[in-house]
Amino acid sequence: MALTQEHIQQRLTEKFGDFVSNFESPYGLLSFEVAKDQNLKVLQFLFQEADLNFQFLTDLTGVNYPANIGRELAVVYHLHNLRDNVRIRFTVYADILSPDVFTASKLFSAANWMERETYDFFGVNFVGHNNLKRILNADEMDYFPLRKEYPLEDQTRIDKDDEMFGRG
Amino acid sequence: MTEHHQHHIKLPEGSIEKQTTTLNVGPTHPATHGVFQNIMELDGEQIVSTEQTVGYIHRAFEKLAERRPLYQITTLTDRLNYCSSPINNMGWHLTCEKLLGVQTPKRVDYLRIIIMELARISDHLICNSIMGVDTGAYTGFMYIMQYRELIYEIYEEICGSRLTTNIGRIGGFERNFTNTAFTKLEKFLKEYPAALRELQNLFTRNRIFMERTIGTGPISAERALNYGFTGPNLRAAGVDYDVRVHSPYSSYEDFDFTIPVGKNGDSYDRFLVRNEEMWQSLSILNQAYKKVQEFKGAEAEVFHADIPEYYLPKKEDVYTKMESLIWHFKIVMGEVDMPKGEVYHSVEAGNGELGFYLISDGGRTPFRLHFRRPSFIYYQAYPEMVVGGMLSDAIVVMSSLNLIAGELDA
Repeated sequence: MALTQEHIQQRLTEKFGDFVSNFESPYGLLSFEVAKDQNLKVLQFLFQEADLNFQFLTDLTGVNYPANIGRELAVVYHLHNLRDNVRIRFTVYADILSPDVFTASKLFSAANWMERETYDFFGVNFVGHNNLKRILNADEMDYFPLRKEYPLEDQTRIDKDDEMFGRG
Repeated sequence: MTEHHQHHIKLPEGSIEKQTTTLNVGPTHPATHGVFQNIMELDGEQIVSTEQTVGYIHRAFEKLAERRPLYQITTLTDRLNYCSSPINNMGWHLTCEKLLGVQTPKRVDYLRIIIMELARISDHLICNSIMGVDTGAYTGFMYIMQYRELIYEIYEEICGSRLTTNIGRIGGFERNFTNTAFTKLEKFLKEYPAALRELQNLFTRNRIFMERTIGTGPISAERALNYGFTGPNLRAAGVDYDVRVHSPYSSYEDFDFTIPVGKNGDSYDRFLVRNEEMWQSLSILNQAYKKVQEFKGAEAEVFHADIPEYYLPKKEDVYTKMESLIWHFKIVMGEVDMPKGEVYHSVEAGNGELGFYLISDGGRTPFRLHFRRPSFIYYQAYPEMVVGGMLSDAIVVMSSLNLIAGELDA
């Protein structure tokens, strides 16, 4: 029998109760929210249970919602069950002042760099990651550039010496 | 003549065996075909450990995208995997169409498939011929470039540019394919099979090539899946996952093709899988061209969906009609708000599943855009694949993975 979204939702609510919430299906992709300290348990459950079998981590990334006070940073997981060809997405929210989220890199080798990238751009501290350092940006950078508090440079600014860029 | 003395370094007895050499491969090295640095610990010629450094050409596309309306992001996607930029462009347009709920006509889908499969061929033929270069056979690479030129001429005919194509629009193409484009496609379809056969004959049973690639950089199916491999590199390990089949887009379900798979996940299997995929792409191209020719009358002129809010009006209308002028202005200035929503869409790019995760808060630009870049994800496995092997094999493994710096660093 094909794996249905109702079945996934039912199995998750049975196991995790209130820790999983906000089930939606935008554009046909089952999406839900997981309590911050349950993310690894949910990942493990989805990975190990024979009927769920979400053993492929498609994507892991961060989002910054500055308006959500207390839950400004989101970590978004996209999982894929390749056998039944079902995708799901879930999100955990963390406080920007203490953005500690458990690492998925022990379960998925793929998560290693994806988490380093998320750390690099959003400053999410993946607890248990054995090599959490910057990956794409320079090591000496002291801010997390994809956070909304760092706007892109004003394109109309004139105080810059443009000679070096051939615009002088 | 002065007398030369040979100096001997005095080392304690027995210490030489324990010593390893640190070697910096890259950041710019002719054999890495891009900006990649590997700090390798070598014992003689054997790799003891290696650590990759990435990010040399990071251009903050995800941040830039947060200030750009949809059309201005297409040019960013060009610069991800620049060996097959049309696939990236189409992937982006398909993501936008999914968010906006746009239905594309069948003819547009088929034209897109023609472009995407041409791009796949140009991507794979670079990778496979570069593997030849790295194993000592330069000729194949120089020779096959003529055929990539034919593909680039088709791009040029359709969109005006060759490498960073910015091809297509939301809902279709900027203009219909000209007769010249189809003539060039016919020429390519006629001439390429012979060249591909020659390229494959040059390598597949070539003793030197086989010795260099069989068993080097192997990865098992389980490890490849755990590492998030997709595309030819995953299929070479024996997993038949292909986005074109598993989550069909752009009417791929109308086509007959097989997914070639390998067995050992080594460099040789990756070569064979890419080689076979080029044959499959040729078959898809032939089918798509035939389907395009079947459209008659007004249907044969359709090259975009009817969506005035997102598709630029014809230039002569912009000059003569008020309505068109308004839409032109609004689209160019990015004043059309998108609907609110979160959408993930992926396409089978040259290197695997290229995903676009787009969050819209209902404004003119994305709230957040994330690219799932296959190269970035599978390059993590590189140490596991090369440790214990020879340095010279590591170079071949890198080219067989088809790493593209633009996609890696975004």
